[in-house]
Amino acid sequence: MIITPATILSLSFAVLLLVVLLALFLRSHQRLLITAGYSLMAVAALLTAGAGVWAVSRGTIAQVILPLGLPDLPVHLRLDHLSGFFLAVIGLLAFFVSVYSVGYVKGFLGHRQVTSLVIFSSLFLAGMFLVVLSDDAFIFLVSWEIMAASSYFLVLFEDERIENRRAALLYLVVAHVGAIAILLSFGVMAGLATDYHGFEGYTFDAMRETDLPAGWATAAFLLAFFGFSAKAGVVPLHVWLPEAHPVAPSNVSALMSGVMLKTAIYGIIRVVFDLIGDFPVWWGALVLIFGLISAVVGMLSAVMQQDLKKLLAYSSVKNIGIILIGIGLSMIFSSSEMVLLAALALIAALYHTLNHAMYKGLLFMGAGAVLHATHERNMENMGGLIRDLPWTAALFLVGCVSISALPPFNGFVSEWLTYQAFLLSPALESPILNLLIPLGAALLALSGALAAAGFVKAFGITFLGHRRGTHHHRVHEVGWAMRAGMLLAAITCLGLGVFPTYLIHWMDPITEQLVGGKIASSAAGFGWMWLTPIAAERASYSAPVAFVGILAVVVVTYLILHTRPGTIHRVPLWDCGFEKITSRMQYTATSFSMPLRRILGFLFSVKEEVKPFPPGAHPAFPERLQYRLRVRDRFWGWLYKPVIDVSFWISRKVGKLQQGRIQVYLIYSFVTIIVLLLFL
Amino acid sequence: MSYAFAAQLNSLLAALILLTAFAMLVQRRMYALLHLFAWQGLFLSISTAVVGFAAQSHHLYISSVLTLAIKVILLPYILHVLIRKLKIHREVETIVNVPTTMLIGIALVIFSYHLTAPIRELSTLMTKSTLAVALATVMLGLLMMITRRHAVTQIIGFLAMENGLFFAATSATYGMPLVVELGVALDILIAAFIFGIFFFHINTTFDSLDVDQMARLKEED
Amino acid sequence: MKVHPLLIELIQVFVLLFAAPLFAGWVKMVKCWSQGRTSPSLLQPYRDLCKLFSKDVALAENASWIFRSTPYLVFGVTVLAGGIIPIISVDLPLSATADVIALVALFAIARFFTALAGMDIGTSFGGMGSSREMTIASLAEPAMLMAIFAVSLASKSTSLSQMAIVVSQGYSILRPSLAFALLAFILIALTETGRVPVDNPATHLELTMIHEAMILEYSGRHLALIEWAKMMKLFLFITLGIAVFFPWGIDAAGGAAGLASSFLIMSLKLGISGVGLVLIETGLAKMRIFRVTEFLGSAFLFATLGMLSFFILE
Repeated sequence: MIITPATILSLSFAVLLLVVLLALFLRSHQRLLITAGYSLMAVAALLTAGAGVWAVSRGTIAQVILPLGLPDLPVHLRLDHLSGFFLAVIGLLAFFVSVYSVGYVKGFLGHRQVTSLVIFSSLFLAGMFLVVLSDDAFIFLVSWEIMAASSYFLVLFEDERIENRRAALLYLVVAHVGAIAILLSFGVMAGLATDYHGFEGYTFDAMRETDLPAGWATAAFLLAFFGFSAKAGVVPLHVWLPEAHPVAPSNVSALMSGVMLKTAIYGIIRVVFDLIGDFPVWWGALVLIFGLISAVVGMLSAVMQQDLKKLLAYSSVKNIGIILIGIGLSMIFSSSEMVLLAALALIAALYHTLNHAMYKGLLFMGAGAVLHATHERNMENMGGLIRDLPWTAALFLVGCVSISALPPFNGFVSEWLTYQAFLLSPALESPILNLLIPLGAALLALSGALAAAGFVKAFGITFLGHRRGTHHHRVHEVGWAMRAGMLLAAITCLGLGVFPTYLIHWMDPITEQLVGGKIASSAAGFGWMWLTPIAAERASYSAPVAFVGILAVVVVTYLILHTRPGTIHRVPLWDCGFEKITSRMQYTATSFSMPLRRILGFLFSVKEEVKPFPPGAHPAFPERLQYRLRVRDRFWGWLYKPVIDVSFWISRKVGKLQQGRIQVYLIYSFVTIIVLLLFL
Repeated sequence: MSYAFAAQLNSLLAALILLTAFAMLVQRRMYALLHLFAWQGLFLSISTAVVGFAAQSHHLYISSVLTLAIKVILLPYILHVLIRKLKIHREVETIVNVPTTMLIGIALVIFSYHLTAPIRELSTLMTKSTLAVALATVMLGLLMMITRRHAVTQIIGFLAMENGLFFAATSATYGMPLVVELGVALDILIAAFIFGIFFFHINTTFDSLDVDQMARLKEED
Repeated sequence: MKVHPLLIELIQVFVLLFAAPLFAGWVKMVKCWSQGRTSPSLLQPYRDLCKLFSKDVALAENASWIFRSTPYLVFGVTVLAGGIIPIISVDLPLSATADVIALVALFAIARFFTALAGMDIGTSFGGMGSSREMTIASLAEPAMLMAIFAVSLASKSTSLSQMAIVVSQGYSILRPSLAFALLAFILIALTETGRVPVDNPATHLELTMIHEAMILEYSGRHLALIEWAKMMKLFLFITLGIAVFFPWGIDAAGGAAGLASSFLIMSLKLGISGVGLVLIETGLAKMRIFRVTEFLGSAFLFATLGMLSFFILE
């Protein structure tokens, strides 16, 4: 038998199915189930990642038609460069997370049954793999639903808490509103492919070959963009994301934030570049604008958070924004026939997709490790964990540095490429775009700097300083499996940051397939060490040199200064001579973001309240002060509340039809039949 | 001085006029505002002279001297006296906060660039690119009148608008006929005197030059 | 005589290491003169550094490895940045390591870890400094990027050496876009290096300090490294400004005579910029922290006007 990516993938799906069956049989051996189930998932994920990497680099397109499903509507699957890339991203993170889960899920032993967690994790992975492999609208939507439903159950795993149930419901609603839009978009494209005769239009091939009239193409694009944005958490459709991601078990949050959002990115790229293929400039501008809004609003919301996992979830909104910025720029360049620049921007977007998967996975795993060790999600009760959790702290720091876009880690490479794409925008013909696009670059810079602030806060409040809060139990470092999962992700972050030219070379076929341009030859024109996206005299960056350079200076300085031994004295804190320093005097998560709240808080509805405590105390001599802060999205009041109110109003009206008497219901049926007979 | 150098110098002066317009928009102190207005007049006067030199139209020299006399020396002096007499040199209250005003200002510049693009395509004059700046200066002056609540600042905004119009005339057609310009200069001067008289009256009536006080003049129902 | 590029690189790093304290001394000296005080010797910064290096380190009990490694990292990053900016020659082997955007990111590493170190020991001052530093950095970044955009429009590049070459060839000082970008850059440089209207390098008054608040607990060689890095940062921002806006005289040929003359011209320019810096610092008062928003807002405005005037006027 010949080994191809397709056979590897079949094997991987078989393994995932095996996990589901295994879970049903091993219900009574929970510990064994966790080890076996997640190890098998790790194997399946690794196989898929391998197949994905291979599919991208080998450069062939494999298509299969399976006679499954409804009669005359066989399932079409296709493995091309783009789906290979996304398989690699999803598979790689799923592998790390599965290794991590072997340790993490054991934390639930003794509290609750984990059978459902294993089953739905496996289905969730299978659903994501299938989404990017689908080659017709039917299987795409089915696997989209598998992914959405299984992740809904995963969010609902700890269902005794009311906030979890609320979050899961919100997630389900938004996911389905999105799914309807996607369905309609495919409907438009499929219908026009065959002029509304016959069913053959549902395959992606048919859609590719159809030239849509401009109006219908716009409708299809807007519907798809809306639907996928709802899944990706693009502002203002992001409200479910910071609710649902934090309440899921951390290994699931890592997958949801790290890769599930990316399937929506995949959808946008697939529909726009592949299925529609020909589009006006303003589509790109629209995507760019929503990307910018998401990047800034998402990160700003993240900085305001007190809950570590919520902070991470909001920062996912920001990163999705950056990816959309890359896609938007690529679309603008592509519709202006500048293939090279379009390829650069698309590479930036895809690179950021990969990077974000890695560091957001790492960070959620780290947050999970903290949660596992302290049973705490609120940063205000953490602090000083670097002493109890040295491994977790160091690995979490790698994630923070990567996401803050600091060289030589990976986040910087993709943001730098995005900046380069921005800086090349003056090449466009349209003067008004020339003036407006640089302002977008400034917004990207703002969100980048806010990210650094947010992650200084996340790391500093959680791991540094003195322990806050009241719990005193001893905190232990997490087990080896969890550390291994995080370590692998951290190494990948560094690797992706230091060797970008190899990655770009590997991704070249994707941009060639989608926008018809490739940049690897110019990007690595001066050897693997120098990343020169367009030309060396235009801009260059060398992560290896920066990495080795900093390291060399640090080591040399250290060695020179340590010729004199034993000169460090451990002394109590000085703190400008203030005495009796307690942990309550530290900056808290709330106070850290206070300046930003004051400067940029007008974007939110911020309510601050200071009351003397106990309530009756004289305002000038209170025993203590009670401080209450509430920061809320303005979008909730602007966008969602009216919709909710209207739907409640409608359902109340419709509810009046319910009379509870059988005769009335018979009358309804009778009238319906008569009306139908009249009109048909 | 070559033609190319004159063009270069003129666009630098245009940039400086735009800069002073922005600086006036965000300046809080009354005297500093007045100085900025004088600077704008000075740049305008030099720019007019440069255009006059490059275009060989000598009546622009007269306009330039007139601008210098009225907008750099006379008007600032009158307003200066007014401010000192009325004791209103404190910080100026703005209605909209400064960063927002700046962003609106930037948007206005982009808008005027967009608006003047067709003219720029048609024009063959050396000054065609400064037309956008001139229009932006007019709009920024108007924005200043909107965002400030002090009567004197509103006057300065008004005069800045006039600067913009004057600049537009120079850059679009190498200046208006001399008679028109003389008339406008006279009008400005008279307007300044009338404003001065009005300020005294407003000040004695309301004990303040805050134009929000005038809300009291509306009909009560 | 042609000097090997690696040797130039090495010379430049040494110039950076040893000229930065001298420059800091010069600024302090001029400042004292301008305020009618007797100034310390020009060599005082060297003495301070020597004293700090020879002292033992008093390390807070609860300081973690982040606190201890930050000084080395900050120092390392700053020295690397010094190898990239063309100070005495544009022909540097390391100059391709980072363009301006990456250079800004290198300084961001130093800021990120300094802020973490400020929070590590768990004092209120440390946290305060970190919070303010990160806030101000968030506001400075968009302005910085716009300034880079404005300059890169004129030079068609973000590589520093390339920018220096392009700007030194044309008589572009009259270009409005560059003039605006320079204004913006000055405001940003004052912010980034913690100079007067934003932060006061000389203060230990608790509620007004930003950078000092984060490094309060450092002592001995750790403090020496941080102080040295801070002097180098000031030096580097000024040489960065010179390289981008006034690059005339920076050697491009790589000859020994050219290097010597470029060294002399650079010393002259630095001396003048030092005086300019003092004029700004004595002319302005330290701002309230929430006024910094407007200060950086103006920087953003200038940079944006620079970008706009490139399209409108050039």
